[in-house]
Amino acid sequence: MAVKEKPVAQEVQKPGWKSIPIGGLILRGGTAAEFHTGDWRTEKPIWDGEKCTNCYLCWVYCPDTSILLEDGKVVGVDYDHCKGCGICAAVCPPKVRAIEMVPDRD
Amino acid sequence: MGNSALANEAVKSVALTGNEAVATAMRQIHPDVVAAYPITPQTEIVQIFSTFVADGLVQTEFVPVESEHSAMSATVGASAAGARAMTATSANGLALMWEVLYIAAGLRLPIVMPVVNRALSAPINIHCDHSDTMGARDSGWIQLYSENAQEAYDNLIQAVRIAEHPEVNLPVMVMMDGFIISHGMENVFLLSDEEVRKFVGERKPHYTLLDAENPITVGPLDLQDFYFEHRRQQAEAMFNADKVVQEVADEFAKLSGRQYEFFEAYKLDDAEMAIVVIGSTAGTAKYVVNELRAKGVKAGLLKMRMFRPFPAARLREALADIPAVAVMDRADSLAACGGPLFGDLRAALYSASKRPLMNNYIYGLGGRDVTLDHIRTVYQDLEEMLRTGEVKREINYLGVRE
Amino acid sequence: MATLKEMASKEELFTGGHRACAGCAFPIAAKLALKAANNPVVVACATGCMEVATTIYPYTAWKSSFIHSAFENAAATISGVEAAWQALTRKGKLDQKFDLIAFGGDGGTYDIGFQALSGAMERGHNILYICYDNGAYMNTGVQRSSATPFGTHTTTSPAGRVQQGKRQLRKDLTQIIAAHGVPYVAQTTTGHWSDYVKKVEKALAVDGPAFINVLAPCRLGWGYPPEDTVKIAQEAVQCCFWPAYEVENGVWRITVKVREKTPVADWLKKQARFRHLFRPGNEGLLEEIQAEVDRKWAELLKRTEESAELSA
Repeated sequence: MAVKEKPVAQEVQKPGWKSIPIGGLILRGGTAAEFHTGDWRTEKPIWDGEKCTNCYLCWVYCPDTSILLEDGKVVGVDYDHCKGCGICAAVCPPKVRAIEMVPDRD
Repeated sequence: MGNSALANEAVKSVALTGNEAVATAMRQIHPDVVAAYPITPQTEIVQIFSTFVADGLVQTEFVPVESEHSAMSATVGASAAGARAMTATSANGLALMWEVLYIAAGLRLPIVMPVVNRALSAPINIHCDHSDTMGARDSGWIQLYSENAQEAYDNLIQAVRIAEHPEVNLPVMVMMDGFIISHGMENVFLLSDEEVRKFVGERKPHYTLLDAENPITVGPLDLQDFYFEHRRQQAEAMFNADKVVQEVADEFAKLSGRQYEFFEAYKLDDAEMAIVVIGSTAGTAKYVVNELRAKGVKAGLLKMRMFRPFPAARLREALADIPAVAVMDRADSLAACGGPLFGDLRAALYSASKRPLMNNYIYGLGGRDVTLDHIRTVYQDLEEMLRTGEVKREINYLGVRE
Repeated sequence: MATLKEMASKEELFTGGHRACAGCAFPIAAKLALKAANNPVVVACATGCMEVATTIYPYTAWKSSFIHSAFENAAATISGVEAAWQALTRKGKLDQKFDLIAFGGDGGTYDIGFQALSGAMERGHNILYICYDNGAYMNTGVQRSSATPFGTHTTTSPAGRVQQGKRQLRKDLTQIIAAHGVPYVAQTTTGHWSDYVKKVEKALAVDGPAFINVLAPCRLGWGYPPEDTVKIAQEAVQCCFWPAYEVENGVWRITVKVREKTPVADWLKKQARFRHLFRPGNEGLLEEIQAEVDRKWAELLKRTEESAELSA
């Protein structure tokens, strides 16, 4: 798959040894969120708010923490991180089918 | 000797083995966590410390692990969690820790570990040589060697301050010769518990896993873009350690009256020939130096205390003007340029405008006795080197049967 | 147990942006374990896919504290963290409970980390060790481990002209840890979120060591489409290859009912790693695999029945 240029942290001049924490420490949690894996996708989940019953199965099984919640309700997909594995669509109950996988031609 | 040292004369010396002295230092340092595994000749340290725990003399969490690999691993975990953590080992135990030694240093954890020097297998042998810790010389640990139980005790207490210094943050190993020192009884001047407590202070970690407000990631995958920078930081910390080791030694001298340097220069000022040696053999060699001096021979001795960081500039200063120098290695770097001390020392002297004639003696492997006659032979060789201006044989095996 | 809604309202401690393959199962185990914890968490992780994919400097997917040291020492590392917690609490330097969790793959747990794990379990540290078992050394490119099932094709147990995949049975690590007599041992899969979360909660609540073996399918190593990660784990339970059960203070209990035991071949057929077993001439191997699953299942049923009688 094509690796796109990243306009985020790794593009800027990297700091030298005098200005980074010692020992390879990462002093802030969750910095991986700044790394976008969305461009790994070949397929893309399309979530339908009309059909969704908020059973959370997509949320619980998403390996990339990419099902977005707001006030306890599913509101969509985080395409910055979603890798398009299709688990969300697969676990969505057959009677609901609120998520459909479509080719990602971005 | 300063006033505090005089005050200390009230403290009686106690007859202790090296292991007892080191275990006592550990009790006085009062680490938060000790994770250790028994191995001859270190075992007594763990045993004695266990009795301190069992008797409630320390509040240390003692983790009786199932291997040395886990001893160092648990110590790493504890240290990263903000604890003052210690372990102790010898020989094959140190070898089993190998992988984690580098991790402890790379993660910049100020772990302190006494090592009772013992030969590495095979063939298996429980007696002293320095092959175990010499193999770990590039692991990123600071290395302090001791001539006797007193030095082992004093070095261990100082090691805590060196390791935890904010400009250092590196692990320190403190060595003593297996059986010769670890099991030999001698008079040791102890500091009071209170003095040691004050001297070592509390550990103030710059980060910890157990800070709920500030979660951190320790030990991530570090690839081509940052690994080198982190290694460079490590080198810098080692350079800094040089300064810190001396500062701590000076402060320790005020407290104890015992002044430590990177190495001990014994009758070296006007010496025409000198032996460089590590550990208990220095005691034997000093006796021979005195003998020779009585005969008018200008013999001297240099005893290494700090081997890592290697005090190259100071060694150059101390040795460059001495016409003949013999380096004694209690470890072999099979078919390299002599033993590890010889290799480093000769490299250090290469940039001197005047260089001594030098040769190397591999000696005492597997606990082979080093006698006065052995040392006399070395000085005789040096005399011959002086007379002829030639190094007859660069690398010599001393005390082995042909 | 926390409901899904309650879990959803808790802070997300495991972020996206990690480099696990699309459809990988271990992130499910990681994020749900953090959701199940009620105290701040310290994670110790063995070298392997989880560590490599979640912490590539300067990125970390963890919002809890995290330490990786080496391959074989996650259990020893977390032992040290626990010892530090004990000591610092005793000395009055710390006043905060933590949930201490170690993660290791099957290579880092069944094989190279086995001794450290056994030691940590025996010493009784208050820790939870979670093995995410995907049945091979996936991080290095699918080599066989002692967790690899009989007959599996891996890169070091390849199906060839004279050998048909791995020739040995897998090690039953869950039972081995149960034999240590620790207060809580369980196995489940990443396809059973509720069973898994319940088990993590129980494991963290016990005073002493706990162990959970969670089957975590690897789409690359197993050879199935990524969207099937949940289903294939669920089917492992239904064919009784991987029963979901727990051993709580010595009481054995099946936690996910097997309504109708399905033939193991149906499950194997969906995975490329077993493709060779369906070639003509290998029928006997399939029979052997089924017989072994049946034997283990009967043995487990017997244990759970004995437990039920004893506790009745």
